Amino acid sequence: MSKRLFILLGLLVAISMLVAACGPRPEPYQCTDPIGCVKVAPGEPIHIAYALVVAGPDETLGIDSRNGIEVAIAMKGKLLGHDIKLTGEDEGCSAEGGQAAGTKLSADPTIVAVIGTSCSSAARVAMPLFSQAGFVVVSPSNTAPDLTEPGNPNNHPGYLRTSHNDKVQGAAAAKFAWETLGVKKAATIHDGSLYAQKLQEVFAEEFKKLGGTITSQEAVDPNATDFKSVLTSIAAGSPDFIYYPIFVKAGSLITRQAKEVPGLEKVYLMGADGMFSPDVPEGAGDAVVGLFLSSPDLAAFAAEYNSVFLPKYKELFGTDPISIFHAHAYDAAMMIFAAIEKVAVVQPDGTVYIPRQALRDAMYATKNFKGLTGNLSCTPTGDCADPKIAVYEFKTTSYPPERIWP
Amino acid sequence: MLRMWRQRVTLTDLVIWGLGILILVGVVWGSIQTLRLGKYTLAIWYDLIITGLALGGVYALIALGYTLVYGILRMINFAHSEIFMSGAFTATFAADALYQAGWWNSYPVLSLLIVLLVAATVSATIAFSVERIAYRPLRYAPRLVPLITAIGTSFFLQYTFRGLYGSGQKGYPDMDIFQGAIVFGDVRILKTQLVAIVGAVIMMVILFSIVQYTKIGKAMRSVSEDKETAALMGIDVDRIISTTFLLGGISAGVAGILFLILFPVAHFFMGFVPGLKAFTSAVLGGIGNVPGAFLGGVLLGLLESVGPSLFLDGLGIPAPYQLKDAIAFTILVFILIFRPTGILGERMAQTKL
Repeated sequence: MSKRLFILLGLLVAISMLVAACGPRPEPYQCTDPIGCVKVAPGEPIHIAYALVVAGPDETLGIDSRNGIEVAIAMKGKLLGHDIKLTGEDEGCSAEGGQAAGTKLSADPTIVAVIGTSCSSAARVAMPLFSQAGFVVVSPSNTAPDLTEPGNPNNHPGYLRTSHNDKVQGAAAAKFAWETLGVKKAATIHDGSLYAQKLQEVFAEEFKKLGGTITSQEAVDPNATDFKSVLTSIAAGSPDFIYYPIFVKAGSLITRQAKEVPGLEKVYLMGADGMFSPDVPEGAGDAVVGLFLSSPDLAAFAAEYNSVFLPKYKELFGTDPISIFHAHAYDAAMMIFAAIEKVAVVQPDGTVYIPRQALRDAMYATKNFKGLTGNLSCTPTGDCADPKIAVYEFKTTSYPPERIWP
Repeated sequence: MLRMWRQRVTLTDLVIWGLGILILVGVVWGSIQTLRLGKYTLAIWYDLIITGLALGGVYALIALGYTLVYGILRMINFAHSEIFMSGAFTATFAADALYQAGWWNSYPVLSLLIVLLVAATVSATIAFSVERIAYRPLRYAPRLVPLITAIGTSFFLQYTFRGLYGSGQKGYPDMDIFQGAIVFGDVRILKTQLVAIVGAVIMMVILFSIVQYTKIGKAMRSVSEDKETAALMGIDVDRIISTTFLLGGISAGVAGILFLILFPVAHFFMGFVPGLKAFTSAVLGGIGNVPGAFLGGVLLGLLESVGPSLFLDGLGIPAPYQLKDAIAFTILVFILIFRPTGILGERMAQTKL
């Protein structure tokens, strides 16, 4: 008898608890976004991650971009009443590094957006993972054309970039070589990375269109140290100009060794934005004098770049920028913050819900965003840059090189 | 007769021979085509050969360290590439200091001696400590144990030096006396390359004489034959092994300086690729054999430098230098199929493996 009473009592308690749970309470936010929402409880920070090359021989490229993001966070202060937390992974400027960073970051559901990658090769493998995880990804320095080409398998939903597309950079370099230097025969070298391969391809096409001849399109191993053999083989075609849009380590050694190869003493050497680093004169020594680099045009940046951004950068890190994509990273962060403010749902208790698909849509819908690098408007596949390319030349062995064109 | 032949030759043998002949035909046909095309002049071929020799000299010098240790301990010291890096990386700082002080070009010989001394000391100290700390306690452990330790040591050293000197790259200043080239008719040799080749040959001769003609060398050879018997004969085995590591470290330090004279940039990862190539050279020449390591290094350097132009250009393959390692290693595999002990490794195979 008492047993039956006990069961009845238990049942009653259970029912009353269920009723209480379903009873009238403040309506909780229902996430209806097709790829989910990020919930940020009061007192918790909004989590942004970076996937940049922050270690190894190409580290200046990524550290500089990370500094740009940190300046943006410092300037922004609080976002919807929450702090902004930045964490990140090294992507090693390689496919393997991109895979590792992609796997690690995409396992963290608190991440709203990723700023990265530094290198196109890393983006190619990390992007499917990030896209699957529902992140918005904005790269400050990927420039390979296929990443934003409509219909290309390397273009993934959620991907955007504030850096220029190399279709612009390659054409500018070809124009500079043909018109300003007046060269007729050029050779190119790439290192098998997506970035270098595509950029030299665009350059070669544009240079041929202008009427020039491409004597050879060589490829090297980015970890090799001896480039004399390949340069000797290039010298057999007697080019007047060598374009090698590769990275710091191999790029500085090629710059140095080219001067030692017979037949190439007088040849013009030109790299691209991947070599815009103080480590290049360090590695190339005196041979760096006369090296041209194509790169985003710092002189065309907004006035706030000099008046607000640079002083803040110097205050936070104690140095001038150490590479070229800090402003692009700053713009990427600011664009993300603006989009979050547009789509986030704020609850009365301060909890913030960020619907992921809506955030992506807001990012792609960015029009005339006033950034440091220009007026940014995004295409449906994620090209947001307002690209202006300049050519810089090392007149001495000190960094930075001087702007000489246009 | 035919039946006997059938029993002795298996299908695998035939496939290997077939592949070998295919590769040989490809190499010969490619070379003939390249030479017929006449894209490269004789002067360019000389340039490629000299570049290969200089590179091979450095590989050979690093390979000596692998081979000496293997000869005595039957162990691959994978940390050797980091021993090479540590000396070279440290020496760049000494070189930079000398350059800032203005000694670099006013007292070039003295500066070079100082830099060599720094590199050799650092490399030798690290080689000695690695043996003492990481390998000696495992002397009688199964063979795979010290191998794994060596790989661990290698990572430890890499990241220690990354912590010490940073992960950026550091330039090694050019020396005025090594600038320019020496020309004999069509042959043009850069002074830096000449220094690398001559330096490597001298080091090889010194090490070879130590092993062959000194008392300590005799002790090294006897330890290499049989450790227990050598100990019974009154040889202090531990001391001999330490000496071997010291010698290996010194040669790695010198190799580091020659490497920097050729390719004047140091960073914490600089040992990896040359180390791998040097290990390959040691195997190619017959591991455990000093002249073999030298021969292997030079052969590998030449294959990398001349191979792509000679074999692949004629076959119409674009960007042949991307494939230089593929060529070098394909040829390595085929040399090892037909001579599994390496070019000069005969004696080793019968008596010690």
